[in-house]
Amino acid sequence: MTAGIDLGHPQAQAIRSDEDVVRVRQLVRAVAVAVKLSLVDQTKVVTAASELARNTLVYGGGGAVEVTIVDNGRRKGVRIVFADSGPGIPDLDLALTDGYTTGGGLGLGLSGARRLVDEFGIETSAATGTRITVTKWSR
Amino acid sequence: MALSTEETGRLVALLGAQADRVTSRWTEIVTSSLRGRLSQAELRRQVQDLHSAIITTGEQGDFDLSADNAAELRAALSELSRGRARQGFSATETSISVFALKDVLAELVQESDGKGALHDYVAFAKLVDEMGLFTFDSFVRTRESLIADQAEQLLELSTPVVKLWEGVVAVPLVGTLDSARAQVVMERLLQTLVDTSSPYAIIDITGVPAVDTQVAQHILKTVVAARLMGADCIISGIRPQIAQTIVALGIEFGDIATKASLADALRHVLRLTGVETARRQPRRDA
Repeated sequence: MTAGIDLGHPQAQAIRSDEDVVRVRQLVRAVAVAVKLSLVDQTKVVTAASELARNTLVYGGGGAVEVTIVDNGRRKGVRIVFADSGPGIPDLDLALTDGYTTGGGLGLGLSGARRLVDEFGIETSAATGTRITVTKWSR
Repeated sequence: MALSTEETGRLVALLGAQADRVTSRWTEIVTSSLRGRLSQAELRRQVQDLHSAIITTGEQGDFDLSADNAAELRAALSELSRGRARQGFSATETSISVFALKDVLAELVQESDGKGALHDYVAFAKLVDEMGLFTFDSFVRTRESLIADQAEQLLELSTPVVKLWEGVVAVPLVGTLDSARAQVVMERLLQTLVDTSSPYAIIDITGVPAVDTQVAQHILKTVVAARLMGADCIISGIRPQIAQTIVALGIEFGDIATKASLADALRHVLRLTGVETARRQPRRDA
């Protein structure tokens, strides 16, 4: 799966099942290795992707992820966009509070993922669903 | 899709009249498509089974694959696809055994050259298509059950509980820890704790590539369950990158003992149980 990836283009992966969450992890790890993130940063971005992919599946009812290599001139990084057309997040501040969950988990996925990456953007509405963009830069 | 009584009669007559020739030609076509991966004798037997099942069905009434009189034929077709699926043949290679009958029928109908030959052939071909689809369906079902079996076997294979020392068992986790595996791990561990009456369990996560909140939650639940049974759990194999990720995520392991390596965890348990380990003093010659 990781062998034949063309890293010049954004990589897309649908999220429809638990197996897809594993595929997202493998894809993100492959891209993170390609931009030469350190082992710690690889693990962090893979874990963040795992959390957000599972959120997309569980709370967004499935969706899609797009992984891109970004370059700001000095450093390279991995940008991952998670999009679903689910019900959106009614109270974003509450959802980003440690320990708050509506699904029986630990309540650390969204807030923890924000701490694991360098840039974290979230757009959510009941009409268009949720779109989360995260970026991890190499050091 | 059923054949009329007259069509059924003609089909049985056509196939029955030159039974040997039909099965030989049929076997020949199938053999060439499988390129010698099954012996001719075995293929001939399968083809003869199908052939006789078709004739029996036709003799017992109008030909309809979903009717009661076709039960034997359906059984023969399922048997064929089950066998092929288990031997690792592709869906095409499996269904060709049935579709080859079309070629045979085409040749026979052409020779008979009677009135309505084309009409008959179209009706027969539809029937063969139906048989082919049925074969395809049972092929897919068999493959799916094979995959389910293998997934289950893999689940069992990948979650051994090993005894490290008197009263100490360990679970080396390797790969992705999803809910199904977490459940198996928990069951195995708790059962082994009872069977060996061990007061200590070590859960080693060296082989788990990413510890996210779901994995952490599964591990925590397993630890709590083990504690309820009076056993102490130690989590080992926490590599530096995993430790930093767990901290950033904000997961708390509370008062659960965690160690960097399995060896550290074992040493920790041995110390708790009062087992002394010492290097033997080198004997000095006077």
